[in-house]
Amino acid sequence: MIKNILNLGDAALYCDFGNDVNQEINSNVIKYFYHIKKLNLKGITNLTPSYNKLVISYDLNIHSFLSLKKKIENIEIKEDNKLEKNLIEIPVCCDNNFALDIKRVENKLKLKSEIILEKFFSKNYFCYMTGFVAGMPFLGDLNQEMRLKRLETPRVKVPKGSVGITEQFCNIYTFETPGGWNILGNTPQNIFDTSNQSKPNLVNPGDTIKFYRITLDQYNEIKR
Amino acid sequence: MKSKDRNYFKILRAGINTTYQDLGRNNLYHIGIPFSGVMDKRNFQLLNSLLQNDYNSPVIEFAYQGPHLKYFGNDIFFCISGNVSFKIITKEGVIDGNSYQCYLLKNGDEVDIHSTNKSVYGYFSINGTFSVDYYWGSCSINTQAQIGPNNGNKFSKDLEIEIIDINNSFNKRKLDYLGSSIENIRVIKGTNYDYFSKSSQNKFFKESFKITKLSDRMGMRLEGPKIENIVDPNIKSEGLVKGVIQITSAGDPIIMLSDHGTIGGYPKIATVISADYDRLVQLTPGSNIKFKDVSLEDAETLYKLYQMETNNLISQIK
Repeated sequence: MIKNILNLGDAALYCDFGNDVNQEINSNVIKYFYHIKKLNLKGITNLTPSYNKLVISYDLNIHSFLSLKKKIENIEIKEDNKLEKNLIEIPVCCDNNFALDIKRVENKLKLKSEIILEKFFSKNYFCYMTGFVAGMPFLGDLNQEMRLKRLETPRVKVPKGSVGITEQFCNIYTFETPGGWNILGNTPQNIFDTSNQSKPNLVNPGDTIKFYRITLDQYNEIKR
Repeated sequence: MKSKDRNYFKILRAGINTTYQDLGRNNLYHIGIPFSGVMDKRNFQLLNSLLQNDYNSPVIEFAYQGPHLKYFGNDIFFCISGNVSFKIITKEGVIDGNSYQCYLLKNGDEVDIHSTNKSVYGYFSINGTFSVDYYWGSCSINTQAQIGPNNGNKFSKDLEIEIIDINNSFNKRKLDYLGSSIENIRVIKGTNYDYFSKSSQNKFFKESFKITKLSDRMGMRLEGPKIENIVDPNIKSEGLVKGVIQITSAGDPIIMLSDHGTIGGYPKIATVISADYDRLVQLTPGSNIKFKDVSLEDAETLYKLYQMETNNLISQIK
């Protein structure tokens, strides 16, 4: 399933699963990720799954590129390995104070805001990966008519909890951070919990997300 | 003299980006948490060796300007690594301290760490253990994700740094070392090297780049000749590692450092080799970088040499 293994610098393997972004390729990445994680190989310092790549960082005192590459190439993953998939429901409030880019999205997609939100909430989304900042899930896929580019000039600060869309993807900003996604709402739910060290992420690769819409009153109730 | 039941430093001035660091946290990239840890690992190792601490003991890292600390408690030794100017203020007077030497502090003495010289990071520690909380096996403070002791924030004025343990069998040691610098930063070509025009590839290795002020523990932004992308200014987001050099849509290089975002969508032109990382992070804004291309095999050998050099320095501590 890995097409090719290259080096990323001198202390990481770059496993290439293809160029397309789809759930089939991504599921293969995630299967490898969980499999290698479970092996608990000495000297592996990080595994980073993404849409169609898996980066494996290692301790140069323990591995060299060629020896570790061989080890990874020899891994066999059974095709019927089932992924653990959780369905997670996440409340989102689309009050005007939270839907920072709804006007822009209306203009770009040439759809009324109510239609946009209806379409957004009518689908379940697959988690391709988490990262960039702690716990941020990259979800997909949005319907064709919902796709648009990111902001020309990214915001310096996107509020924590913001739910945004760009291209075929949506995400949740787990921290206040710079970012350029089109923001449609905000969730009061904590997506990343630093104090829960065994399971800090609410959403993990392979999970399915269902967003549901709440009112401002409900939002404030959950926040309290 | 009566033994004090509490040993601590009070911060009179916090300095710049002063944090606890150790070797960082592993195996969390997949949830978006970077390694963090000391920027300059060699100076970390030397400091803990000088102080006869465990190799992964927490130290205090600062950038450009260090903290001004006042000590309260039983006699303690401290040491500073890096190219650092500092003063020790005691009842007997004020002396200039030298890096890589251990000094005694008594109750009421102060250490004023003025600045790092022609470098960015310096390190401070004691012959003992700071009282720190561990998050995923590390006490490194990641201010961006607010992970680590002190609620994941950098140190501030009036904070008190508690010491839980002083090593009383300690004997004072020193190292004669002036630091090491290199002319070129050596890199391995990146996975998107062919995204860039031939002339830009040449410029990347022939011309020099200036380090801008937009540099911190997350990344180092460079400016110089624009690197022309002939394929696509974005790639599908994928995993990053320390030392990766991405080229932004504007054509400028940005080097990923210890607190970097774990995934990114800019093409990667090259990656700094592990042997040169400690020296890369010490380059100050305004100075110039020239990149040199090396093979993967050479990089692996150069890393072994770098480790040998570090071990050699540790063996010279007397």
